[in-house]
Amino acid sequence: MADVTFSKAELERYSRHLIIPEFNIEGQRKLKAAKVLVVGTGGLGAPLLQYLAAAGVGTIGILDFDIVDDSNLQRQVLFTTDDVGKPKVEAAKARLEKLNPFVTYKTYNEQLTSENALEIIKDYDVVADGTDNFPTRYLVNDACVLLGKVNVYASIFRFEGQASVFNYTDKEGNTGPNYRDLFPTPPPPGLVPSCAEGGVIGVLPGILGSLQANEVIKVITGVGDTLSGRLFLFDASTFETRTLKVRKSPKNPLTGDNPTQTALIDYEQFCGLNIADRNKAPDVKEITVKELAALQAQQDDFQLIDVREPYEYDIANLGGELIPLASVLEAVDKIDSSRKVVIHCRSGKRSADAIALLEKKYGFTNLYNLKGGILAYADEVDTTLAKY
Amino acid sequence: MAKIIIPTPLRKFTENNANIEANGGTVLESVQQLAAQYPDIKKHLFDEDGEIRNFVRLYVGDDDIEDLDSVNTAVEAGTVISIVPAIAGGIA
Repeated sequence: MADVTFSKAELERYSRHLIIPEFNIEGQRKLKAAKVLVVGTGGLGAPLLQYLAAAGVGTIGILDFDIVDDSNLQRQVLFTTDDVGKPKVEAAKARLEKLNPFVTYKTYNEQLTSENALEIIKDYDVVADGTDNFPTRYLVNDACVLLGKVNVYASIFRFEGQASVFNYTDKEGNTGPNYRDLFPTPPPPGLVPSCAEGGVIGVLPGILGSLQANEVIKVITGVGDTLSGRLFLFDASTFETRTLKVRKSPKNPLTGDNPTQTALIDYEQFCGLNIADRNKAPDVKEITVKELAALQAQQDDFQLIDVREPYEYDIANLGGELIPLASVLEAVDKIDSSRKVVIHCRSGKRSADAIALLEKKYGFTNLYNLKGGILAYADEVDTTLAKY
Repeated sequence: MAKIIIPTPLRKFTENNANIEANGGTVLESVQQLAAQYPDIKKHLFDEDGEIRNFVRLYVGDDDIEDLDSVNTAVEAGTVISIVPAIAGGIA
């Protein structure tokens, strides 16, 4: 570590670290020598990247395939309004270079997959997982275990936050549990909604991502005790916090008593998802938003039904009759069987499910799904509608 | 009498109650009582065979019940049972 040196400007920048007795210049040298990959530049990635860059981690990898969207700005405080429409990794790098030009930033404007994960992660010491879906969480975990990298984990949902440090080898050479010890297999699709469906309070990823950054710094410097072997839980609605023990499971397919997995697998399939099928709606009759606009313009006799929730209706609506998906079967008497009925939701998935249910149970033949939902309508017909 | 802490993703099934009191003598009995009281939560906790689901962990105090007597872990007055589900959010 002695060969890691600092300029005067760097020494001044990091002085508040250098004067912590147990951290000092040795800790700062370890940070500068370290390479950290941040997977996902969203709600968790925003504080993670900013604190890791500010702290002086020498090399930071930034991985995301998305572009900055208006709806990100409620919590992804790395981005500004001017960044909307730009690739996230580019916007992140531009911002971070202004924050700390002494750091080397590497960007990966792509999705982490079973094909590229090992090749990308192998060059890093620590991975910080700020992704938003189960397939990538299992992929990150398994790749880190196979490569012997530490996986600093945090996850959020609505008001709930979790954090831990996985696959961490302590000074005695003992490696702690990993994500598969905690949750061997993921929930089947449909049982747990994603953030896009469930929402998240904007500050929560800021809190959990900051804790994650703190754990990354502890892992690198060896200062303090990491969350390895422990799971931190935070309920932002009640301010209850708990720290539970994470055990190593003998049934872990990677590190248990009888390991059955020695390579990465197809994580979409593992999570019961198929990329092509992920958002595939049931096979029902469809109508495009342009066709709906024509029906409206001609004042045709048809019924428009909205199967979203009331709070979604309040954000934007097409004036349809509100019957949330969960109550659509009970409300069957409100659905016309004698004329054309157009059913819509946000993106077209729930409305297709509603039609499939109604056709199966009651034999409707006059139901049409609005393709792309109110989002497509906002894009192609009425651009004054708010998208969410 | 145990207190079961309901994680926020499952509170929609418990009329938004964060804590539920249950009278069972074991963890399993307590959680079954919860499922009887709020039937919609059942499929999130138990699989088709009545086993606790793989993506849900149960804790008594700070300990995973698998480090104790699994679902047969005894419950006393003041025992706190935590339900910890897998959540995946971060970006979206």
